[in-house]
Amino acid sequence: MSTLENGTRRSPAIHAPGEREITFGEAIREAIAEEMARDQRIFLIGEDVAAAGSVFKVLVGLLDEFGPERVIDSPISEAGIAGIGVGAAITGMRPIVDIMFGDFTTLVMDQLINQAAKTHYMSGGKLTVPMVLRTTLGASRRSAAQHSQSLHALFSHIPGLKVAMPATPYDAKGLMKSAIRDDNPVVIFEDKMLYQEKGPVPEEEYTLPLGQADVKRSGEDITIVATSSMVYVALEAAEKLDSIGISAELIDPRTTNPLDTGALIQSAQKTSRALVLDEGYSQYGVTGEIASVIADGAFYYLDAPVKRIGAMNVPVPFSPAMEDLTIPNADFVVETAKSLCG
Amino acid sequence: MSETNDTNPSITDLDAEHWLQAYEQMVMIRTFEETANDLYTSARMPGITHLYIGEEAIAVGICEALRQDDYITSTHRGHGHCLAKGAALDKMFAELLGKEAGYCRGKGGSMHIADQETGNLGANGIVGGSAGIATGAGMSIKLRGTDQVSVCFFGDGALGQGLLYESMNMAQLWKLPVIYVCENNQYGEYTHNSKAAAGSMVGRATGFGVHAQAIDGQDIRTVHATARLVIDRARKGGGPAFLVCNTYRFRGHHVGDIDRPYRTREEEAEWAKRDPLTLLEDWLLKSKQAEEHVLERIKQEVKTAVDDAVAFAEEASFPSESEVDQHVYA
Ligand SMILES: Cc1ncc(C[n+]2csc(CCOP(=O)(O)OP(=O)(O)O)c2C)c(N)n1
Ligand SMILES: [Mg+2]
Repeated sequence: MSTLENGTRRSPAIHAPGEREITFGEAIREAIAEEMARDQRIFLIGEDVAAAGSVFKVLVGLLDEFGPERVIDSPISEAGIAGIGVGAAITGMRPIVDIMFGDFTTLVMDQLINQAAKTHYMSGGKLTVPMVLRTTLGASRRSAAQHSQSLHALFSHIPGLKVAMPATPYDAKGLMKSAIRDDNPVVIFEDKMLYQEKGPVPEEEYTLPLGQADVKRSGEDITIVATSSMVYVALEAAEKLDSIGISAELIDPRTTNPLDTGALIQSAQKTSRALVLDEGYSQYGVTGEIASVIADGAFYYLDAPVKRIGAMNVPVPFSPAMEDLTIPNADFVVETAKSLCG
Repeated sequence: MSETNDTNPSITDLDAEHWLQAYEQMVMIRTFEETANDLYTSARMPGITHLYIGEEAIAVGICEALRQDDYITSTHRGHGHCLAKGAALDKMFAELLGKEAGYCRGKGGSMHIADQETGNLGANGIVGGSAGIATGAGMSIKLRGTDQVSVCFFGDGALGQGLLYESMNMAQLWKLPVIYVCENNQYGEYTHNSKAAAGSMVGRATGFGVHAQAIDGQDIRTVHATARLVIDRARKGGGPAFLVCNTYRFRGHHVGDIDRPYRTREEEAEWAKRDPLTLLEDWLLKSKQAEEHVLERIKQEVKTAVDDAVAFAEEASFPSESEVDQHVYA
């Protein structure tokens, strides 16, 4: 996939208010820094997050600004730091737990799914877990099967958790701030390939509600729903489709839980065709859920079955000769869209 | 944290030929890693890789005490373990380059090399992730009634992982033949272990009643002598052991970590004085078990073998597209 090669990609013209351009990584850092300055209860914990500023260099400067009591390098103990996050959140703090690679979230499943997600409900609404778990997703870095997965569907499945997956610097900052302010456990997935992506982010304070989709491009003939870095794949596809006379509308749900079902259904009703694109596996995945929401809500308006495109249902292979085959690319999106519009 | 409580067991029954073989293994790992670094810097290798340079005495000292049918589990920094257990250079390089001729048909890459022929149950991208696997292999050995041994290599960073403690507890409860080898190279990524591991490393194992020792991981004679004792003991039903091998990674965390701002050049220079290869060379020469030209010849032969293996790997073909969905299920 050309746009994902070597971490460089064209910055597409995605609308957002404001003049200033910063990278996705800077937007994340800015959101955390602003919130930490605003609210003393917030602390950040994770592996190599403080002195090294995270392995992706996204958090550089936070240690100097907020000190080692609030920006904490932990041992390599994912389950432990997630547990510390839950306990601290229940007792009045607002932790941000950093899990370097999304693949390592498998190590925190009990703390997140059995504990954080259920505490509020099980306590009859008495206890709350205002915690953010930020982690990464995405393949195409030649990192093989244990450092490339997109596991957001696992968390989107669980009532009690919220899941955000920003695609642009603007969304990243707004969603991160809302996640931090939310009184529930929120898992935020950042695509490792997006950190250098630049986009407009206003200097002024803003937040984005969790559960509100964003129309990244409007169109008439087909709705393409895309998440995280797949938004860029969809944009590339939309431009190609334009050149052959197919006008695609691109919707980014921005959060998979809560899901903005209204916006998705409305768009599909308008265009009468829909295609859902996500880097998680298509089997039992986010695409399945979204396709079913659209099929249900826009049934009488649809001229074609709702199609979904996800990662190939295989562990991500190391060899470049194989890895690229497993991730959705623009040409495949174009072909699929054409078949729906044919 | 560096603790040493070993008594420096001496080996008297090993001859020069044995030590030269160990020397060759260490040179091979060193040369392999330097070449892997070259492949990275010249953009001929996809992705990144973690080099074992500086830690060679541990893999070789331990694996020289193992039989081919004994098991090892390895880590993200695994090339040394794989080679010491008998992996072939050409298939290793082919895997690093993502070629079909590689150990894992290009599916695993540097971090996931496995080879059941040599008892290598796999390198691992998850820190501490193989503690359960190595212990499970120990369980299997016990149930099958063989006298094999299972060795779990891991870094000091893995001391943060709970799985290790669950596994060691069970290994001791059931007297499983598992040797837990902690390669204490002082750092987990960019964090010194003084900021990551509280208390005593050895004490983590003695708390379970597991036989535990901290040893000099730069001196292959110490590593090997200790390994022989604990492996022999495990083979005879004496149960697990835990070795903390104090060492240092001479290079960055991975090939892209070249500035290393988290540690000083002075500290690196101190450790460089204890290069495991030089230590063995000096001893071989001083004890008159080898002459300079013999060591030189070994280096040359290894260099040629490595060059040939790289040429093989570079010429090998990538897997075909149809390979991508093979092996998801058995
Ligand atoms: C469970 C898990 N957490 C984090 C990582 C990221 N990571 C890769 S290597 C590493 C440091 C490991 O340190 P150590 O175990 O001492 O091994 P060394 O690299 O020093 O050989 C970390 C944190 C990982 N691979 N797996
Ligand atoms: Mg280490």
